[in-house]
Amino acid sequence: MEFGLSLEQRQFDDSLRAFLKDRLPMDRLRAIAETAVGFDDELWNGALELGLHGLIVPERFGGAGLGILDAVVAAEALGYAAAPLPFAGSLIMAPLAFMNSATEAQQNEWLPQIAGGEVRFAVAFAGLAGQTGSASARYENGRLTGRVAAVMDAGAASHVVVYLADGNAAVVDLEAAGVGKTLHRSLDRTRPTADLSFDNAPAELLDAANAPLDAARRVLDAGRVVLAADTLGAAQTMLDRAVAFAKERVQFGRIIGSFQGVKYPLADCVTALEPCRAMVWYAGHAQDGMPDEARLTACHAKAHVSDVGRDVARMTTETHGGMGFTDLLGLHFWFKRIGFNRQLLGGPERCREEAAQLQGWTLHA
Amino acid sequence: MDLSLSEHYQALQAEIRDFARVHGDKSPKVGGGRKRPDQKTLDWQKRLLEHGYVGRTIPTEYGGAGKQPDIMEAAVIANEFARANIYAGLTNQGISMLVPTLLEVGTDEQKRNYIGPTIRGDIIWCQGYSEPGNGSDLANAQTKAELKDGNWIVNGQKIWTSSAHYADMMFLLCRTEPEKSKHEGLSYLLLSMKSPGLEARPLKTMTGRNEFNEVFFTDVKVPETQIVLGRGKGWHVANVTLKHERLMIGDAGKMTARLEQLIHLLGTATIDDVPLIRVAEFRDRLLRLQGEVIAWKAHNLRLLTEAAQGIDSGVKRMIVKYGGTMLGFRLSSLAVDALGAAGLPYETIGEDAEADDATTWNIDYMYDVGLMIGGGSNNIQKNIIGERGLDLPREPKAQTAAAIGGRG
Repeated sequence: MEFGLSLEQRQFDDSLRAFLKDRLPMDRLRAIAETAVGFDDELWNGALELGLHGLIVPERFGGAGLGILDAVVAAEALGYAAAPLPFAGSLIMAPLAFMNSATEAQQNEWLPQIAGGEVRFAVAFAGLAGQTGSASARYENGRLTGRVAAVMDAGAASHVVVYLADGNAAVVDLEAAGVGKTLHRSLDRTRPTADLSFDNAPAELLDAANAPLDAARRVLDAGRVVLAADTLGAAQTMLDRAVAFAKERVQFGRIIGSFQGVKYPLADCVTALEPCRAMVWYAGHAQDGMPDEARLTACHAKAHVSDVGRDVARMTTETHGGMGFTDLLGLHFWFKRIGFNRQLLGGPERCREEAAQLQGWTLHA
Repeated sequence: MDLSLSEHYQALQAEIRDFARVHGDKSPKVGGGRKRPDQKTLDWQKRLLEHGYVGRTIPTEYGGAGKQPDIMEAAVIANEFARANIYAGLTNQGISMLVPTLLEVGTDEQKRNYIGPTIRGDIIWCQGYSEPGNGSDLANAQTKAELKDGNWIVNGQKIWTSSAHYADMMFLLCRTEPEKSKHEGLSYLLLSMKSPGLEARPLKTMTGRNEFNEVFFTDVKVPETQIVLGRGKGWHVANVTLKHERLMIGDAGKMTARLEQLIHLLGTATIDDVPLIRVAEFRDRLLRLQGEVIAWKAHNLRLLTEAAQGIDSGVKRMIVKYGGTMLGFRLSSLAVDALGAAGLPYETIGEDAEADDATTWNIDYMYDVGLMIGGGSNNIQKNIIGERGLDLPREPKAQTAAAIGGRG
């Protein structure tokens, strides 16, 4: 037994973090946030060189054939940097959708394009995901009609995979006739949400899964685990910065970190946050090879890390005093990232309720 | 990431599952403890010793199984016992602290006299460390022992002494070299609790039970040879003892067991005939705790892996006591709330006391608060996490008592 990251995973983590540190200083992050598209060519292409696009795409389709645990490692690094890179949807859930719901021929057509960065997918759910906002879509004879609100990673997307209520999915070109896209600047300026509408839009059905709903949930669960890891990374940044600040700032003639009133909340943060790391690793690993635990750990990881992330975001902002409340430090980018991740693909209450259903604890289980 | 067990550990796992199937019905009830082991428990302990599930790494000449230390084996054993819900053997200060200390620094005679009977449960030990004037500052012990005609004559007082009211022996930290410095003036003695001049007065706790004692020494005679390692070496021996404090690998198993009990409780306790697990508020609290337990279990696997690899886990280990006791309290709190008004009858005295679920949960609920205070209180833990884990500056040195009062 060995519970931890492999040497390759640690090296991949190091190189991704070094890349993000180099390419995403605060002024760059602010500039990208101004565009409100949630996308930057330089980051996207750099990520392509690092192999993020083909991370989980099978080798026979030009990817690295790695798993959700590897995606978790990447997501924590991206969250740490508050990177405006459409990762969870475009680079993990989209390829996973093809791997779970598409025919071999469809995979052969689309997966190499995803791995090569030639297409940019958003993934939307008409139901299932547990998000607020309207969502309904109907597929008929190669056409999709309906609307889905609050879709992530759609700012610069070329295509979308829309999961339908029956667990099958439809691929739609966002440039096609009958497709509408309204982009909203979100709470997290580094990442917008999109409302998509389809009026008899041309669509390709992905219906190769034997158990379509299970396939759809695998995609959803992977997305939840990846968002949880992103939140962990963002919360870790906030904690690291609060600790650094508490070691420098002097008040009443003392470094504030020596006050127990400052020290104890930071001890609380690390006590809550550090087990989240093992939790998202475990949940990632469960998606890859422990089907019995995959759903339960995904729901719990999304719920628990979101809750811990909120506490850490609040306490570490407080540590910074008035400066923490200003725009100047930019700490709020991470605060908002944690808030954004929390609401997507089902908030904690919804995820816990799904965990209850899984265990037969609800009346309508 | 590899969560599979190698063949060796799978074999051990299968062996224990067999053991549980064959012998499980003879196991004492899990939990409880905090009293002198009864005959059923002693018989069970003997069986565990024969199979090497306790005393595993203790040399055979002292009654153990003589195996090499292997943290993964220890984890497999702990997991399997928790999984089968059978008693994993005695845990007391004699077994977890004194035995490894004697193995490292005891004389051959001390090892022969004490290790076997201790791991069998025939000798129960208590720890004579804390004193009224020093809780956290252990090296400041003031209880004195003077050597006279081949005996140590002990005078002074200890407090917070768990199990002293039923223990046979005590390992005692006392001052034998008053002229030497604080740390070099201490010695470590082993003495009988039946020694004349020794009085243990039970200290009733908030649970209503006598979980601690005050122990008074008035000219208590201890044979000279009952010293461990030698004069002035007490601080060193005490640190050997601390070094051997068991890794907290059992805790995740305990949390899992408690969560399972809690799930069962919420499935059976009802309000207006509706099981509480179907009541949204109770169910959500349970689910939050389940999420936390999953996180801590995974964290524990991470620590276990690092320990097996000889890696110092640093802050990851420092958070365990604080985080674990807080989670334990939240688990027992939900149980107490699920029991509700019907769970308020509370009797801790008498034969049936521990068989009553409500009383057991209520005792755990209060005992968990004790756990937050004992063994380095949680406020001390937060200092350790902040200062050693996050490298935050220490609190400025307080004025000493002498400086406050002594300026006149």
